[in-house]
Amino acid sequence: MAPSLAATPEAERHPALAFLATAWSWLFLVLLAVFFETWARLAYGVSFLLNPFNVQSIALFAALPLLLGLGQTFVIIAGGIDLSVGFVMGLAAVVMARVMQVLTPEAPALALPAGILAAFLVSLLPGLINGTLISRLRVPPFIGTLGMYGVARGVGFLAANGTTVPVNNPWLFAMGTGKWLGVPIPIWITLALVLVMHWVLSQTRFGQYTYALGGNRIAAVRSGINVKRHTLLLYTISAGCAGVAGMVYTARFSAGAAQAGEPLLLDSIAAVVIGGASLFGGSGTIIGTVIGALIIAVIQYGLVFINVEPFWQFVAVGVVIIVSVLIDQSRTRLTGEAKDE
Amino acid sequence: MSEAGATAPILACRGLTKRFGGVTALENVSFDLHRGEVLALAGDNGAGKSTLIKAISGVHHPDEGEILFKGERLTLANPRHAREVGIETIYQDLALADNLDVGANVFLGREPVVRALGLLPRIDRRAMRMAAAGVLETLEIDIAPKKLGLPVRSLSGGQRQAVAIGRAIYWKAELLIMDEPTAALGVPEQRKVVELIHRLKRQNVAIIFISHNLIDIFAVADRILVLRRGQKAGERRPAETSHDEIVKLMVGG
Ligand SMILES: Nc1ncnc2c1ncn2[C@@H]1O[C@H](COP(=O)(O)OP(=O)(O)O)[C@@H](O)[C@H]1O
Ligand SMILES: [Mg+2]
Repeated sequence: MAPSLAATPEAERHPALAFLATAWSWLFLVLLAVFFETWARLAYGVSFLLNPFNVQSIALFAALPLLLGLGQTFVIIAGGIDLSVGFVMGLAAVVMARVMQVLTPEAPALALPAGILAAFLVSLLPGLINGTLISRLRVPPFIGTLGMYGVARGVGFLAANGTTVPVNNPWLFAMGTGKWLGVPIPIWITLALVLVMHWVLSQTRFGQYTYALGGNRIAAVRSGINVKRHTLLLYTISAGCAGVAGMVYTARFSAGAAQAGEPLLLDSIAAVVIGGASLFGGSGTIIGTVIGALIIAVIQYGLVFINVEPFWQFVAVGVVIIVSVLIDQSRTRLTGEAKDE
Repeated sequence: MSEAGATAPILACRGLTKRFGGVTALENVSFDLHRGEVLALAGDNGAGKSTLIKAISGVHHPDEGEILFKGERLTLANPRHAREVGIETIYQDLALADNLDVGANVFLGREPVVRALGLLPRIDRRAMRMAAAGVLETLEIDIAPKKLGLPVRSLSGGQRQAVAIGRAIYWKAELLIMDEPTAALGVPEQRKVVELIHRLKRQNVAIIFISHNLIDIFAVADRILVLRRGQKAGERRPAETSHDEIVKLMVGG
């Protein structure tokens, strides 16, 4: 007699629930857009979404938290968290500005790639340290990256002499404000990184091991995955993304500032969570994080657009974060372990 | 009973001893195991069962004694090494990543990679799903096709156990070690895992399994090795012994 290992009824409900869990963020984004569109038409007789300026502004709003959120998505899926990204971004922004400040008088064209390289290398260092602390020395991610939050913040302000570091370089200006095919360069940069990270997460072994690590660390170890090396890479990638965010910041504002990413840390984590990642690890997607970042940007920009006191942004984004975590928890409860009998 | 005794054993352990500080977890344990044979490990808590299988699966290095696998002396560097030579160990509930699907679990750590556009590396999920379905089929494990693409958390405990076993078989395990494969399962599912062990046996896999359940042990084992305080208390064939005798061997006296 061939056994028919029938699954429990709870499990049968899983597909629909899993779909809802990922679909709700799309739905929410659409509802938000409809809400602001209606408001704009009724109150001002104009369109919210058909105005290219609004769309571009929302995309620019979303770009920086999204850049931070890309690496954060990997880290969170693997069951970790990176609290240092905001100040790593600031540190990278300052270092890029400093290097370019020095080089611009001599070699303005060379100053940009040199600044980019310096910012990138500097951003990797905190990531390598985070990764080493967490993978080798067993420091909890929350604590290790909180420590790095402080260190990167301090070093960033020291490197900036406690102020912003302006750069007057035409190439940098072009990178920050130029357009290609009508789309601002920072958005192209973000888009390119989104595509790369999406591919890595969804198609490669590296992505697969990231999910496995968040799903069952011991199973990952037993499968021969080099979990320590993988963890080290995850935090380095997260810091690298923060470095790119720092470059984009310096380009957009022609200045580096240590506090550049301070308000963006929570937005980036929020984008990941709203996008369907579980803070318990094991789930999440890059597409989800993109949607999450767009939701936050639409809320922030939309509320300004309809003339609501800007402080309501915080309330609205906070409520959305709480709701998405509640959705994650109920999903875990409803679809979790189909235990036997 | 198997006629396996005529051929050379696939696994032979000679005088295995393992100490943890002052504790001798395993003392001078010897036994043989043949292809297509099922050896049950019985013993009270702390008897040394887990230590014994960890020595064979490369987790622990025995302090004394030797392990002969397919006639050759084996010094295992780590569990990965054990797997490479054909020794797979399945730990209760620790085997699978619950958030990944069946194919991903079967191939975890060894995913086939193709190049998209001859350039970008990409995991071949289709091949993984088909190979997983294939191995489940040869083991007569019945999982609905639509479930193959879902996270294995949506499978029952018995199905998950079956996936872990299927994974071992797909990777050509010749010796399969299972630590309490039925412990976390309900009775109907326990029976299915027992049936699966019978089928593996017919496919000539050698099996060692730990169990506290004497009914399971008597249902599948060709031999029962009883450990007590790290020592071999006895070795019996089910037909020649009784529940009572095994329990006596386990507790002593
Ligand atoms: N890693 C270890 N360190 C120290 N002592 C251990 C370790 N593993 C097992 N032991 C000890 O060895 C003995 C046998 O344990 P174990 O093999 O787990 O028994 P069983 O699996 O039969 O319950 C016990 O006394 C246990 O406390
Ligand atoms: Mg044990």
